[in-house]
Amino acid sequence: MTMHILKPGMLSSFQDEGRTGRQPLGVSVVGAMDQRAHRLANILVGNETDYASLEITLTGPTLQFTQACCLALCGADLSPMINGKPVAMNRPLVIRPQDTLQFGAKQHGTRAYLAVYGGFAIPDVLGSQSTYLRSHFGGWQGRALKRGDDIPLLRPLNEIGKDGKGLEALALALWSVKLYLPGVIAGSTRARIRLIKSQQWDEFTPASREALLNASYRISPDSERMGYRLQGPEVLMTKPRQMISEATTFGTIQVPAGGQPIVLMADRQTTGGYPKIAYVATVDLPLLAQMGPGDTIQFELVSLETAQALDAARTRAFNDLAQALAPVRSLLLNH
Amino acid sequence: MSPTTYTLRAQGDRCLSIDFGDTIRLETGQLCLSAAATLGRAQLQGVTDIVPSYTAVALYYTPGVDLGGTDFGTLCAQVRDTLRQDLIQTTTSQRQVDIPVCYGGKHGPDLAEVAKKIGVSEQEVVEIHTRPGSMVFGLGFSPGHPYIGVHDAMFALPRRDVPRTAVPAGSVAIANCQSTIYPTLLPGGWHILGATPLKLFDLARAQPSLLLPGDQVRFLSISEQEYDRLVAQLAQVAA
Repeated sequence: MTMHILKPGMLSSFQDEGRTGRQPLGVSVVGAMDQRAHRLANILVGNETDYASLEITLTGPTLQFTQACCLALCGADLSPMINGKPVAMNRPLVIRPQDTLQFGAKQHGTRAYLAVYGGFAIPDVLGSQSTYLRSHFGGWQGRALKRGDDIPLLRPLNEIGKDGKGLEALALALWSVKLYLPGVIAGSTRARIRLIKSQQWDEFTPASREALLNASYRISPDSERMGYRLQGPEVLMTKPRQMISEATTFGTIQVPAGGQPIVLMADRQTTGGYPKIAYVATVDLPLLAQMGPGDTIQFELVSLETAQALDAARTRAFNDLAQALAPVRSLLLNH
Repeated sequence: MSPTTYTLRAQGDRCLSIDFGDTIRLETGQLCLSAAATLGRAQLQGVTDIVPSYTAVALYYTPGVDLGGTDFGTLCAQVRDTLRQDLIQTTTSQRQVDIPVCYGGKHGPDLAEVAKKIGVSEQEVVEIHTRPGSMVFGLGFSPGHPYIGVHDAMFALPRRDVPRTAVPAGSVAIANCQSTIYPTLLPGGWHILGATPLKLFDLARAQPSLLLPGDQVRFLSISEQEYDRLVAQLAQVAA
């Protein structure tokens, strides 16, 4: 049973919640850029959230499935179609043998996530299935998908099913499962990305701080999984000084001497030595992950306590959703 | 030994950093490693990664005390409690790792320039660089990429104005009184003194990274013939 890659798309790579625990060796965390969409896709097909999903960037791949399976698509709406017919996002979908999944025009967002019931049969490398693109390991052969790849799936669906009712009955039963996605999970837009001040916040000029909170910044064309370069009013320190390299985080806004901020994203290096003005609140990183080159961003400040409460509230909502979707899991397990 | 002073700081909403100083010194680096080891042993709830660097230790965590995670306030209190105890002495268990290096020639394109800048002979640069007493402060930039120091003040050269786009794997380079070794072909702005035949990072090994934080490093000068012989020998072992 495989997922056969007819066309790879712009950048399609397997990602999970990240390769944590290896940063002391200089191994980047990587993982899904939009952790919210990655988690949702897994939960919708009854998986644990640490299964790898396929992260699909802007131009989607064309995929053919040799056997039946159950999948879900979350994140960016890239007009997914099965055998040429549009299909719903954020739902468990039943795939029949030889079905082809392809994508059309981008409706919104930058990255879509494809999770399949039971997961993809790809090895764990240093405790994670995420593709470490820069270091060429993890995921599928350490790289983005190519035409002709055959990705094995761990749990294809039986065409007849234990009850003998077949795939159509399963599809119907899955479709009738009530699905309510709370705002912290489904919300895809927000006027302003929330920031937490860094300890060096006050070392930046008043004009710089004012600009960061009131002006718009444009995401530059060379922004990718490692970091987003922001184009806009300069962000400068009152007295520029050398910093000692230290551990970095997803969402750190660092400012090199030129004054154009860089937001560190999933593929960031583990250490860095530039001054930092602020950090993007984890709860808003998915919004940033769904933006792309040319999009503009505005920021606002939030307290550390608020950011942590929002982050925990989302985790709680995901736990609740996973419980509420027990019927999906049991339908798939008992099929 | 219990650290006299340190400060706690939030790096965003999922990372807490403990600062032990603001200059790169061997003692500060050792304190960071001891604190990291002690905090690791404490197995604090919600902590996923503990990363020592030159003057700080970063603790990564997940949110929500009731969700098996933690929050900044809770973790700060636990860190203070943990650091009140005697720290694990990493200096007593330090490994010593010898790194054979072929200095100069095609492997060390910057040796002559470094010697000229410092005002000593190439031989003296090698002599200073092979002195014992250096430690791995941490790894970063790419898998297995070490930051080794602190070298003699003579090696206080800033990085090159124009970084190279491709530094070969195994290159041993200096800047700002420190050394690094490039695990793979990477861009880099440090001054390349030579190259080692050793593989810095190899997923085929149980411990992929040749060097670990806290290792004592001694560079050994080898000839080009010896370098070639070791390269061939290592290739044979791999095959």
